[in-house]
Amino acid sequence: MPTATIAGTAVEVDAEGFMTDAGRWTPEMGVEIARQNGIERLTDRHWQVVNFLRTTYLSTGAAPSIRTLGKASGVPIKELYQLFPRGPAKLAAKIGGIPKPRGCI
Amino acid sequence: MSDTIDKVSIIVSRGSLEGIYPGLIMANGARMEGIEANLFFTFFGLDAIHRAKHEHVKVATVGEPGLHLATWLGGFPGMSTLVTHQLARKMEDLDIPPIPEFVEMISDSGAGIYACKASADLFGLAREDLIEQVSDIITVGEFYRFAAGGQIIFT
Repeated sequence: MPTATIAGTAVEVDAEGFMTDAGRWTPEMGVEIARQNGIERLTDRHWQVVNFLRTTYLSTGAAPSIRTLGKASGVPIKELYQLFPRGPAKLAAKIGGIPKPRGCI
Repeated sequence: MSDTIDKVSIIVSRGSLEGIYPGLIMANGARMEGIEANLFFTFFGLDAIHRAKHEHVKVATVGEPGLHLATWLGGFPGMSTLVTHQLARKMEDLDIPPIPEFVEMISDSGAGIYACKASADLFGLAREDLIEQVSDIITVGEFYRFAAGGQIIFT
């Protein structure tokens, strides 16, 4: 596994830069990962999505689908795509320090 | 050729449940990866965006070897409804939305939803017969213009 230094801490990441251990994540890392992926500033709405993803992942062991994200995160699908233009489910997972979601939906 | 796919235009030509879902899954999956996507519904595929029909799309139970159902049994009254219900339940478990919700999701993700003009003319359909997410009824030529610079996938 490659390692990356994010917000001053060395962590293990996969080939696409997703952190492999969600337990080592900090919000500062989230800010830096977002910036590296073209999101200069994380708003409250971004954080709402990222926190929802993390909570779901940590309690169920799997990232939610984009459908669940749109229904249960409090941020509708249209806005999800505005907040995270290059794919909300994947990018928010990356920012939130959880492994890359593998679902097709 | 670039080694990434940046844009896809997906044609949905069939009107059965198993004929419609693959195109929807591919369009939604494209948007999830940040790939630009257009959906073009033609022939019986128009049922997926038909106001009165999109909630009633069924599995075709005759002539599908994969169902392992005798042809005569597949044609039995109610068989298509039964198999559709079973599949719908499994899909819900897997968080796969029903067709109307799925098309709305894909539209909300920024994909273009288009209907084929030749098919709409053939079936006597006007804009108001189609769901609100439909961007336009377009000709083949317009489709090719929308699809320019990307991959075309026919389902």
